Formats: sequence, structure tokens, C-alpha cells
Amino acid sequence: MKKILTSLAVLGLLATGVGAAMAQEGHAEAAPTHFPINEPKEMSWTFAGPFGTYDKAQLQRGLKVYKEVCSACHSMNLVAFRTLEGLGYSEAQIKTLAAEYTIHDGPNDAGDMFDRPGKPSDHFPAPFPNEQAAAAANGGAAPPDMSLLAKARGVERGFPRFVFDIFTQYAQGGPDYIHSLLTGYDQTPPAGMAIPEGTHYNPYFLSGVSLKMPKPLSDGQVTYDDGSPQTVDQYSRDVAAFLMWAAEPHLEDRKKTGFRVLVFLLIFGALVYMTKRKVWADVAH
Amino acid sequence: MSEGHSTYTPKTGIERWFDARMPLPRLIYDSFVAYPVPRNLNYMWTFGGILSIMLTAQILTGIVLAMHYTSDTNLAFDSVEKIMRDVNSGWLLRYLHSNGASFFFVAVYIHIFRGLFYGSYKAPRELLWILGCIIYLLMMATGFMGYVLPWGQMSFWGATVITGFFSAIPLVGNWIQELLLGGFAVDNPTLNRFFALHYLLPFMIAGVVVLHIWALHVVGQSNPTGIEVKSKTDTVAFTPYATIKDAFGMIVFLFIFAYFVFYLPNYLGHPDNYTVANPLKTPAHIVPEWYFLPFYAILRAITFNIGPINSKLGGVLCMFGAIAMLFLVPWLDTSKVRSAVYRPWYKLFFWLFVADAILLGWLGSQPAEGSYVFMAQMATLFYFAFFLVVMPVLGLIETPRRLPNSITEAVLEKKNKGAGGHPAGAVSAPETKG
Repeated sequence: MKKILTSLAVLGLLATGVGAAMAQEGHAEAAPTHFPINEPKEMSWTFAGPFGTYDKAQLQRGLKVYKEVCSACHSMNLVAFRTLEGLGYSEAQIKTLAAEYTIHDGPNDAGDMFDRPGKPSDHFPAPFPNEQAAAAANGGAAPPDMSLLAKARGVERGFPRFVFDIFTQYAQGGPDYIHSLLTGYDQTPPAGMAIPEGTHYNPYFLSGVSLKMPKPLSDGQVTYDDGSPQTVDQYSRDVAAFLMWAAEPHLEDRKKTGFRVLVFLLIFGALVYMTKRKVWADVAH
Repeated sequence: MSEGHSTYTPKTGIERWFDARMPLPRLIYDSFVAYPVPRNLNYMWTFGGILSIMLTAQILTGIVLAMHYTSDTNLAFDSVEKIMRDVNSGWLLRYLHSNGASFFFVAVYIHIFRGLFYGSYKAPRELLWILGCIIYLLMMATGFMGYVLPWGQMSFWGATVITGFFSAIPLVGNWIQELLLGGFAVDNPTLNRFFALHYLLPFMIAGVVVLHIWALHVVGQSNPTGIEVKSKTDTVAFTPYATIKDAFGMIVFLFIFAYFVFYLPNYLGHPDNYTVANPLKTPAHIVPEWYFLPFYAILRAITFNIGPINSKLGGVLCMFGAIAMLFLVPWLDTSKVRSAVYRPWYKLFFWLFVADAILLGWLGSQPAEGSYVFMAQMATLFYFAFFLVVMPVLGLIETPRRLPNSITEAVLEKKNKGAGGHPAGAVSAPETKG
């Protein structure tokens, strides 16, 4: 064990050296080389940690933001209406909600395509017929599908944080990133920074100084009926939480099962260990 | 150890019936009950058993996943998401399988480093060691192909980069690459053959594991002192002694595994793999799975041409060479003493090598630019120097510490020391350290 600690210490020293070397490189403020410029802010989420659960009211607000704002450009192809049960909706509510959408279906017996109201088994319809149409309507960059966005985005944590993350169970890189990005507009770029035309400066953007998406949310844009503040910050939190649910609908089930599994292994392990002590008691080893 | 004749006596009628026709119960009894194991094995020796359950778990979860998976580039990504969302306990199966691959590698790396520390590869265990190296190679191929199946961005680009290595080989390189891909680029034929091979290779691993265990049962287990078993007092019966110890090791390992599966299931993966593969959009940094990172760092460390060998071929040669080193270890190590416990200098270099491998892994995850390149080059140099210089030279010049005469002696020395009863008589028991 002492040896392992020693070797870890050696590694730590080496890593510190790297860190120092990196710091020396530095970067000019107007021409950054590493993105994002600012790291995402770590927020507190109800679904974090070993006993984390989704805040259903928050998810419902997030769905509202998605429906009224994001869904104009972003598809959510993998999410079916029936799964909205996870947000606390009843079967009847889901039926009503699905029926608000028009689904292009077919062919029918006559061989024609037709439009019909949505059913719970349908998925959220996409705003554009294909990726090319989405790109053409959005300045050349197709808005990404949102079904998995909260797991498909994450800023590298770097040493030594990625080690601590194991113990703190930090797995909210996606929602943190989405929240920071959505609240990261409205900032003035440093003097001399070149912002390509048709793009918008955002120091939290993962792969450049600016992105094609203009600031999507503004205060008061979406009406909440539960009295929650109608601010960009609140909208961003809610939609980020909703997207985490969309990406990982079985998160609560997973954590609950995990706790039972670990408790079982702990008890079983203790029993086996005591048996092992007994078996080996009279054998020097 | 296998020379000892069987002590199995069939007790019931049905056992006698089987024993006369196909003595399977006798084989099981001799291999897993009466089989003598050195009495001084520490918990590092439980990883063979841990690896067996990981292989079994991977095959079982994998077969069920294959029932729901579709290996078509247009459907693969969505079929995996279907498993995650709609299949009963599909999320559990898939997270067990993807994290299981990582923990399979965690276990195999500990198993390999244990072998390197205690000199488990030395005569008469060279073949046992080489069979292990073959299993490791098969695991790498299986892991790599498995990572391609979800058809995310890292799947696609990882496959593109890794199959690209083969094109560096002179004359036949392009032919090999096209054979692997089933075309000129990663596409539907690639995905289909990778799926077929990903299903096949684990059974080949299982086959080589049988050979590995067979060879083990012929030469017997090594042990922390590195001294061969000399008398019956040196050993204990596999059951209950090794069985219960292995069981405890497995539970501890499964506990850590479960912690990741249930609380950090995507920690060891890359976010980009939750974006469907797009051949027109290259990710900013293409990184392989963590268990390939040291070799990836070695590959990228060769940024210069050496005579007729350009940097690309040089990198590929170094990467494959790094794995080939393992096969040569039984003959590179010239020491007469097996265990690092009695080799102070080798022990030091061993831990430096472990640190070097971890450093290489970290460098492999960083972009190949600036000071990282130089560090990767130095770490690569040490990697090869450990095998090609340290191992042969140390064996010749190092003065090992005094070895006990037998396992029993070593164990009793340790016991007396632990009891504090005979401080004067007790010689140092270095096998307890490390």
C-alpha cells in the first residue's frame, strides 16, 4: 500500500509539472486556443448524488420551455409522448398533449399519406423534414437533436478534478453545460476578438468563440403557472433538467436499484469475509 | 502439481456411473476442490477468478443485447437507444456491458501487473504467460470492435483512426485495411463484420482461457515468494481456502463495478458517443477508450522519421512493439529470483513502470501538442527501456535479498513476527510488503 501511495505521489508531481507547463503557454484573451473560454458553472440539481430524483414540477416547466421555444428548431426524435409519464402526467393528460401535435402518417389503404392527431405512442415530431432543410433554415448549421443532448455534451474536467468526480459522483456535466450556455449570451467579447458573421459570442460554447444559435431565451418569454420566476436563469435550469430526463429517463430507477445492489453486496461481502476469517483461522498464511 | 494423482472417490451410484464413462465430476473435484494452492497467496491472486466472472458476465449481457441490437448504420444508434429506453432493464444490461468492458480491463491490468511484480512469467510458466498475452490481445480487439457498435461519433472516428494504422504497413497495408473495413472507409460493411467478430471473439477468449487454466494446472500457481511448492505443508486445498478468498475478492470488485454502473455509468465513456456517427464531421479530439490510451500515446509520440521509416509507420511499429514486449518478458528478464519482494531495484523500477503506464494513459487523453509530445516521448522511452534495458541488466547486476527456504518457512516467519513472540529469531519477512 505504501508503494502504491508513493507511486501516486510521483504521478502527482509529474502532473503538477504538466500543469505548470500548460500555464506558461497562456493564451491571448482575444484569440483563445482552448474552448470553452469559461468553464460551465456547477449548479445544484435534484437528480445529482446517490439518492437523486427528478423534480417533476421542474421537468414539466422544462417541457413547456422546450415546446414553446426549443422545439421550433430542435427535434427530439427519440422521446415518445407515452414516456412523459415520467414527468408526472396522467394517461389522459398525455393523450391530450399528444393530440396537440399533427403526425404525418401513411400510406393508408388507398395508398395516400395523411395527417392525423398524435397518439401517446408517437414521438415528438421534428420541426424540419430532414437535416438539410434544418441546416438551410438555420444559417448552414442544423440544430442538434435534443434527445441525448444532456449526455452528448460535457466539458473535460481535467486532472485532478476527474479523480474527485468519482467520489462526488459528479455526472451533471451535460445539464451544467446547457445551463451555462443558455445564460452565457449577452456578454461583450474582449476587444479585438473576431466574431464570424452570423454567429453569436458565448464564452461557454464548447467548440469556438461563438455559435450560430442566437440567444434563444429572454425574461418573461414563457409563462409559468406555478409561480416560479420567469427568468432566463430559471428557464435554463428547467430545460436543462428536462433534457437530462429526456436523455436518461431511467435515472431514478438506476440509482434506486444501485443502492439496493450496493447494500446487498456490502452485507454479503461482510458475511463472506467473516467466513473467510473462520476458514483460514488455523492456517498461517 | 498435476502429478499428484486424483484423490476423488465417487460416493453415490450416479457418481460411479459417470466416473466409469466420462469422469467429469472427477475433473471438477480435482480442479476446484482438491487442487492444491500455495497457502501464502494474497488478494492479488483473486483476479483470475474475477476475470472469469467478468468474461461470463460480458458474454451473458452481450447475448441479450445482441437480441435487441441492429447492425445497420441507419439503425444501430437508435437500436441502442431503444435498448436504453424501451427494453425491460435494457439500461441495466447496456450499462453493465459497457462498464463491464472497462472493468474487465481494470482486472486484466491488475492481473498483468501482478504477474510482472511477482515474476509469474518465469520458467516453467512462459507458455501460461503467453496464453495470457493472447487473451489480452483478443480482449483489445473485442473491446475496440464493441465500441464501434453503438455507431456514435467516437465509434466511427475511433474505427477510422485505428483501422488507418494498418495502412502504414508497407506493401500489404492498404489491402489489410480494406479487408478490415470491407471497403475504402468505415461504413455498413465495417459495422456488420465488426458485429460478427465482436460476437465471435469472446468465445475465442473463452477457448484460450481454457488453455490458460490448463497450463496453470500443469505448472501450478506461483506465489508472493516466488519459491516453488516443495512439500504438502506449502499448500492448502482449493476448496474451501481459495474459494472463499476468491469469493471475497470478487464481491469487493463487484462492489466497485456496481458503483460505476449505477452512479457513474458514463464516466468512463465519451460524451461524443451519444451523437450519431457523422462521416462529414470530425470531433475536435479523437480519443479511444481509456484502456487503449497508453498505446495511443506511444503511437502519437513518434513524430519524427527514422531513416526509411516515416513517423506514421514508426508510431504504429512502436505501438505494436509495446504490446509485443509483453510476449518477450519471460526471456527479457534474466534474474534468477522470481519475486520483486526479494529484488529491491526491480521493485523500484516496477513501480516507476506502473507510474509511467498511468502517465502514458493520461497523455493519450490529451491533445498531441506542445509539451505533451515531449513528455509522451520520454514516457515511451522509459516504457521500452524498462523491458529492453532494465529487465535484462538488473537480473545480472542486482543482489537479491535472502530467500526463505520454503513457502512454509516464509509463512511461519511472518506469523512469528506478527505475533511478536520471537523478535530475535524472526528474519525479515519481506514478502509481506509490496
